[in-house]
Amino acid sequence: MSNGTGLDPQQPIVVRNLTKKFGDFVAVDNVSFAVNAGEVFGWLGPNGAGKTTTIRMLLGLLHPTSGSTHVLGLNSATQTKAMHAIVGYMSQQFTLYNDLTAAENIRFYGMVYGLSNRDLRQRQAEIIQMAGLEGREKALTSTLSGGWKQRLALGCAIVHRPKVVFLDEPTAGVDPISRRDFWTLIYAMAKEGVTVLVTTHYMDEAELCQRIGFISQGRLVALDRPGRLKQTQMRGDVLELNVSNPDLAMRILKAAQQSGQLPLDEVALYGAQIHAVVPSAEAYKEVLRALLSTAGIEVRSLERIAPTLEDVFISAVNAPA
Amino acid sequence: MNELAISAQGLTKQFKTRGGMVTAVENLSLRVTPGETYGLIGPDGAGKSTATRVILGLLTRTAGESSILGFDSMADSYEIRERVGYIAQQNVLPADLTVMENMRFFAGVQCVSAEAQKKRIPELLAFAGLSNFTNRLAGRLSGGMKKKLALACSLIHEPQVVMLDEPTLGVDPVSRREFWSLLGDLRAEKGLTIFVCTPYMDEAERCTQIGLLYGGKLIAAGTPTQIKGLLPGHLLEFTPAQFAAAQQRITGMEGVLELQTYGEKLHVFVDDVGARKAQIEMALAAEGIAHDDLREIEVRMEEAFISLVQQQTEKVGV
Repeated sequence: MSNGTGLDPQQPIVVRNLTKKFGDFVAVDNVSFAVNAGEVFGWLGPNGAGKTTTIRMLLGLLHPTSGSTHVLGLNSATQTKAMHAIVGYMSQQFTLYNDLTAAENIRFYGMVYGLSNRDLRQRQAEIIQMAGLEGREKALTSTLSGGWKQRLALGCAIVHRPKVVFLDEPTAGVDPISRRDFWTLIYAMAKEGVTVLVTTHYMDEAELCQRIGFISQGRLVALDRPGRLKQTQMRGDVLELNVSNPDLAMRILKAAQQSGQLPLDEVALYGAQIHAVVPSAEAYKEVLRALLSTAGIEVRSLERIAPTLEDVFISAVNAPA
Repeated sequence: MNELAISAQGLTKQFKTRGGMVTAVENLSLRVTPGETYGLIGPDGAGKSTATRVILGLLTRTAGESSILGFDSMADSYEIRERVGYIAQQNVLPADLTVMENMRFFAGVQCVSAEAQKKRIPELLAFAGLSNFTNRLAGRLSGGMKKKLALACSLIHEPQVVMLDEPTLGVDPVSRREFWSLLGDLRAEKGLTIFVCTPYMDEAERCTQIGLLYGGKLIAAGTPTQIKGLLPGHLLEFTPAQFAAAQQRITGMEGVLELQTYGEKLHVFVDDVGARKAQIEMALAAEGIAHDDLREIEVRMEEAFISLVQQQTEKVGV
């Protein structure tokens, strides 16, 4: 994915050889990817990896050092105004006016985007219904719960019917049930052809994306469907151990890891279980079993388990450059 | 009683607000044995912080009892402070002090002798992976490093129990995992009792015991495996082409215990995988709804939580 060839300029989001330097620091390093129409695309990575810098360049708020971004065929850096008229953006701060009612917030954003009165009335009704805010139109935004505020913020971000929507950690601090409802809305938009680029720190939400781009230290390190990433990107296998004394077993495995006796990429406690990442399950299952049995620990089960997306990301981040 | 690290019985906390009395924590009972990693799991506003503060004795209780290491939260606050470490949710380290100065500051607050400081501070900094950053201002640390420094500071007086209120909030998955790895070390190597509040359902799997808190009430408690075992039946997952139509058709079908949405997928709890899978496939075919394969998947803590909350709301609704 490094040379950006094969990117279709017709795609709603196209990032080509994008680089951003702040002084000597390379925040985004030659990143290329494209998002398909109606796709829900997860843009993930640790804090400071270049995630938000990329979104700022896509929105035209920052200019690239080299390379380019196009949204709906418009260059983010040079055709910013035209592009803003047709994209939506929602940040984790839910930029709503707390002293306005729910309906007033929608009308305010509608006016900012220059909607006609007729259009505005229709959109207001649609958004109130979408966000499940019927009967709460006149409630002050400050009195709404987190889930409602979040759906209202999404409604305001799409009041002008954008074709592309950027959602930057839209679900931070919202309860799990509201988060599920929110994702149903995201997919309802996508079904209507809206392209969605979303960032999140919740791994269960990453699983919900149709495709994921993962950025680490400015470089795009993985780009694929969640299911495929788990098959292709994980270095090593994850073993799950059920043992008679997990705390003691953990100390033994940690010591073996630190002394170099065992090449464990990771060993961690998960409640009463231990997860260990080994180069190969076949080669190391019996080695681990023998090591623990010698110490008098009963190994009740020792199975290879499927890696989670989080396992895959940790592996990608720790991969040698 | 003394063998419990943390205990609460019928603990209730009400606040007076302009709109009347609000019950933040209602009739909470929990028992944490030494060496346990106990997770109080729930969304924002569930009452996790209030419960933690009442148990620590930082807030007065309205009713019930609570204690840490056998010391009463209200009467024995000095004994508790000596033996317990705490990271508050909006934990703020003095930003204009360096890492080393922060450690010394908290050591001073906890009356740690100069001799003990000399030994413990380097140990804790090494443990937290901060040995190379002793002269960096706390305000200039990354989010993940700030959390690790807060943990190191909370351990300076060698507490037997640490109470951590959303210690990984706003931290990325890589730093979250590093933080949990440190907690694992504390548990395995020092036998420390860890009480942690978190809104992240996946962190529940890191705990030996958990309590699910919702609307101030404990709706379930046990090991992560036990909690997931509370769910009825088996879980099927699939992606329908027409989402709303599929949802409508399956709701209320015989043997369908519960329906959850999951992005573009539907999660269907059924009593019997073999029988119901075929029935659902036939029903969808009859409506002309295309879909991918129905597959059985493992229940995660998040599905369990949503199901338990829905059961709870239904009960209240009736």
